[in-house]
Amino acid sequence: MKNIKYLLFGVLFGVVLTKSEVISWWRIQEMFRFHSFHMYGVIGSAVVVGIISVWILKKTHAKSIEGEELTFGVKKFDKGNIIGGLIFGIGWGITGACPGPLLALVGSGLTIMILATISAIAGTWVYGLLREKLPH
Amino acid sequence: MLEFLSQPWPWYIGGPLIGLAVPLLLLAGNKSLGISSSLRHICASCFPAGIEFFKYDWRKESWNLFYVGGILIGGFVGGVLLANPGEMVINPQTIADLQALGLNDFSGLGPAEILNWSEIFTLRTIVFVVFGGFLVGFGTRYAGGCTSGHTIFGLSTLQWPSLVATISFMVGGFLCTHFLLPILLAL
Repeated sequence: MKNIKYLLFGVLFGVVLTKSEVISWWRIQEMFRFHSFHMYGVIGSAVVVGIISVWILKKTHAKSIEGEELTFGVKKFDKGNIIGGLIFGIGWGITGACPGPLLALVGSGLTIMILATISAIAGTWVYGLLREKLPH
Repeated sequence: MLEFLSQPWPWYIGGPLIGLAVPLLLLAGNKSLGISSSLRHICASCFPAGIEFFKYDWRKESWNLFYVGGILIGGFVGGVLLANPGEMVINPQTIADLQALGLNDFSGLGPAEILNWSEIFTLRTIVFVVFGGFLVGFGTRYAGGCTSGHTIFGLSTLQWPSLVATISFMVGGFLCTHFLLPILLAL
């Protein structure tokens, strides 16, 4: 039952992604062609709000509602950030969607994106299979 | 109110709300925003196949699966219940560029000539949906995160590897749009 709140937060996140149209293939094309500020505005303002929020949480030594010390998941650098990042970027350009929007698109009625989601799961699985052989 | 909500939301509403997901998840249960991880949890729970990368206690991360399940429902709420009453406004220059590459239908959330069940047996749709989706899943895991985990959460927590990843996402997208799409759209 304690996971229900995350379902609700996910719904809110999905609504925002959908209503701000970041799930649209056209918006992603506008971004990669520098034809519109929209996506840059969305991502930029999200990051600014995120940075300020995290700064406040750290400054006030905030704890979670369960009383837990907050941890900020350390991202370690490896070559995958670049190689994997480029591969994902290409996939983003083709499908016009990153993982969140893929699911939101399915929900909004573009049901063929179920196939893209299944393919993304397959891609993750193949990465897991080949992981030891890939440069990191 | 509903009428107001069903208009497309400008970037200065959508962006900050996306950013607020970071403190919301931290305060609600010390969780880090990250959506592509859910794909790994699905592999670990359904098809681990003895692969080392999928041997971990995915049940501890089950909140993440609820979160992405919510995003799916959110797509329905935002895209169907609060559907935009008008047509989506696309930059005329983008339309012109894509018309030159052979697209004609600019009515939906994406190109209906490609992202459509009726085209499922065409090479072009298979490439855009299946191959593209595969790259998204493979690339995000290889990169250690996607636009949510790296670009939103990673940058919010000032982690430089996330900046490297974000720049790589953008470079990949630019290269794809300007060099690969003209070929793929002609399939």
